[in-house]
Amino acid sequence: MFDALSERLRKTLGALTGHGRVSADDVDAAMREIRLALLEADVNFKVVKDFVGRVRERATGVEILESLTAGQQVVKIVNEELVALLSAGDRAFKLTGNPAIILLVGLQGSGKTTSAAKLSRHLVKMGRRPILVAADPYRPAAADQLETLGRSLDVPVYRAPAGTSVLDIAKGGMEAARKLVRDTVILDTAGRLTVDEPLMKEIADLSAAYTASETLLVVDAMTGQEAVNVAAAFHAAVPVTGLILTKIDGDARGGAALSISAVTGLPVKFLGTGEKTDALEIFHPDRLASRILGMGDVLTLIERAQETYDEKQAVKMAEKLRKNSFTLEDMLDQMEQVRKMGPMGQILELIPGMGGMAKQAQESVDRGDLKRVEAIIRSMTPAERRDPNILNAARRRRIAQGSGTRLQDVNQLVKQFGGLQKMMKQMTGGRLGRRMPGLFG
Amino acid sequence: MSTEPTEVVEAGKHAGEPGATKEVEPLWHSEADELLVPPAAPVRSSESEDFTPGDLSAGLERSRGGFMSRLRGILRSGPSDADWESVEELLISGDVGGVLAIEIVEGARARKDAPSAEAAVRAELAGRLLPGEHGWRPRPAAPGQPAVVLMVGVNGTGKTTTIGKLAHVYRAEGRSVLLAAADTFRAAAIDQLRIWSDRTGCQFVAHAPGADPAAVIYDALDAAIARNVDVVIADTAGRLHTKSNLMDELAKMRRVIERRLPGSAPEVLFVLDATTGQNGLSQAKVFHETIGLTGIVLTKLDSTAKGGIVFAIEDALHIPVRLVGVGEKLGDLLPFDPDAFIDALFE
Repeated sequence: MFDALSERLRKTLGALTGHGRVSADDVDAAMREIRLALLEADVNFKVVKDFVGRVRERATGVEILESLTAGQQVVKIVNEELVALLSAGDRAFKLTGNPAIILLVGLQGSGKTTSAAKLSRHLVKMGRRPILVAADPYRPAAADQLETLGRSLDVPVYRAPAGTSVLDIAKGGMEAARKLVRDTVILDTAGRLTVDEPLMKEIADLSAAYTASETLLVVDAMTGQEAVNVAAAFHAAVPVTGLILTKIDGDARGGAALSISAVTGLPVKFLGTGEKTDALEIFHPDRLASRILGMGDVLTLIERAQETYDEKQAVKMAEKLRKNSFTLEDMLDQMEQVRKMGPMGQILELIPGMGGMAKQAQESVDRGDLKRVEAIIRSMTPAERRDPNILNAARRRRIAQGSGTRLQDVNQLVKQFGGLQKMMKQMTGGRLGRRMPGLFG
Repeated sequence: MSTEPTEVVEAGKHAGEPGATKEVEPLWHSEADELLVPPAAPVRSSESEDFTPGDLSAGLERSRGGFMSRLRGILRSGPSDADWESVEELLISGDVGGVLAIEIVEGARARKDAPSAEAAVRAELAGRLLPGEHGWRPRPAAPGQPAVVLMVGVNGTGKTTTIGKLAHVYRAEGRSVLLAAADTFRAAAIDQLRIWSDRTGCQFVAHAPGADPAAVIYDALDAAIARNVDVVIADTAGRLHTKSNLMDELAKMRRVIERRLPGSAPEVLFVLDATTGQNGLSQAKVFHETIGLTGIVLTKLDSTAKGGIVFAIEDALHIPVRLVGVGEKLGDLLPFDPDAFIDALFE
């Protein structure tokens, strides 16, 4: 996520960090790099101008130039300015009224329908009872799409017969909400161009007739310089309360979010991070800024781990580690736990310093490396899983055949597991503390 | 090839309102079975009535905004350093990109042959576009074989809508067209394509949702060969270029086409949303590496966006823009004309 921008800034600022003292020329060079990086990240050129201006002003201060840690200070300034830009507005997700109404608006193809489904799932998790309303009567099969998604989430979907006006669809949706005792109505509207006056009037009328507690503009993270104008035009037609930034699981640098927040003051409230309906994250400006700067996002990682990790199992695992009885069976469990947290590449990206590894790891997952390990372990007998030492050549051949892998894959896994066990012995033997400086120093 | 149930609908046999043959579906499911209405399948009147192709400059009218007209004003009056900086910013605001904008300005300033500053910038822009090919049509590898068009791109760029428009063009020319629903992932994508197929009088091949898209394509080619179809257009699921497993799936589709129609050179059209910023280049690069793009369709050019990323893509990859989408009507798909594109920007 936001890979390329973090890499660019890391490179520029890394060079600064390298020699400690920053000269005026260094600052100029860094600002040029930051400008190009931000432009390449699709940050609006006016926002870039302001941003670079502010960073330069703060970075060329006498104190900073005299300081030995000038490089780090420039990093800190850029980080602070990024957070400031991303911190616009009130990010609270407000649900008032009964039913509370959430109106989703945006250009065609920005991801409204998928986001509507994700939001409904998020609301169910919050303990609410949402209903989805298919208020896009134009795109062929749009209502079918929403209905399929709603069915998969067990969230009711209201759809009206052909030819029903958007206002009447909303009215029917509100009635359905009352009848089904639903406390939140999500209105999924048609994608529209800001220059399409009849359709912009339609959404304005809808918004005027039903006061939404959240009117969210769905913005594709890949949007270019127009993002600001698009947001401004929607904001002029309906009282937008925030953004959902979609498709940031690609390598788009997402400057659109920075730009819109900076120019319109609208906050990003949610991030769409994948095609599955659980791929919706609450937006945290500081985390995103750190992520942009390649400083990792440990908080998100911990949160995700807490959500998915079975506590009892964790205690059991700790016990096993202590007693040094970690087996291949346990390794399989661990892999399962990690997988529940999300795609490997995304997880690694959240860990400081692992940004570069993320792509590699995701590729290895995509290639099926983990699946192969899983298949090999699953082809072992319980006794073999407990004690790989009994794996003689015949057993290994059988396992390779059973798992559809090659003998060397099995050998490699057994060897790696042996190494892992050794490492664990050292950790639990209390020698880790002494080893740590050697490992990282 | 496949054990999935195949649905093959011949033109005319699926007549009537889309969904008319379906059972009556619940108004909402899971809680209110007593309330029943037929599924909605409204047709936007403009899409079904007006089939006249628009003209490029009319389509672009809203798109150019103040971008090039302001640029033009600056360039007429003998630009200063500050003016050139404005030119650079204006190019950037049109999604041309920071690096390329700097290059274009430097190139224009260095030009000695241009009669004016405007002509110099125009020449720099034009130099980065491939010449247009007005009569472009997908061609079969051998007589009697169908021509194959594969639509690819990231999510939400307008692949399925573009297929509807393209099918309309070929149908209007009297060619038989078969649409292959190889987007088996997105909910209701198959239904969406079926509606377009009905509207344009195409044949239609689909499997169940979740089926192997390569199998859909294989069956579509089989059907097309058996029935002497002229053009097969395959819809594919939108996919982010960063998901290597999904990109592998795309490569497999291409292999299947080559296996079923040896020697065929399918047209692989990359559908790009004009509002896309600099990420468009990264998208195009990865798609090109994976499946070998033969052309670009630039969609939503009737928006306020300028589509300037096309310069960077053509410059880097030499893939021509074949078509531009300039509206929601069936006729709103036009051949790309680089000169007209730049002219329209300057007007």
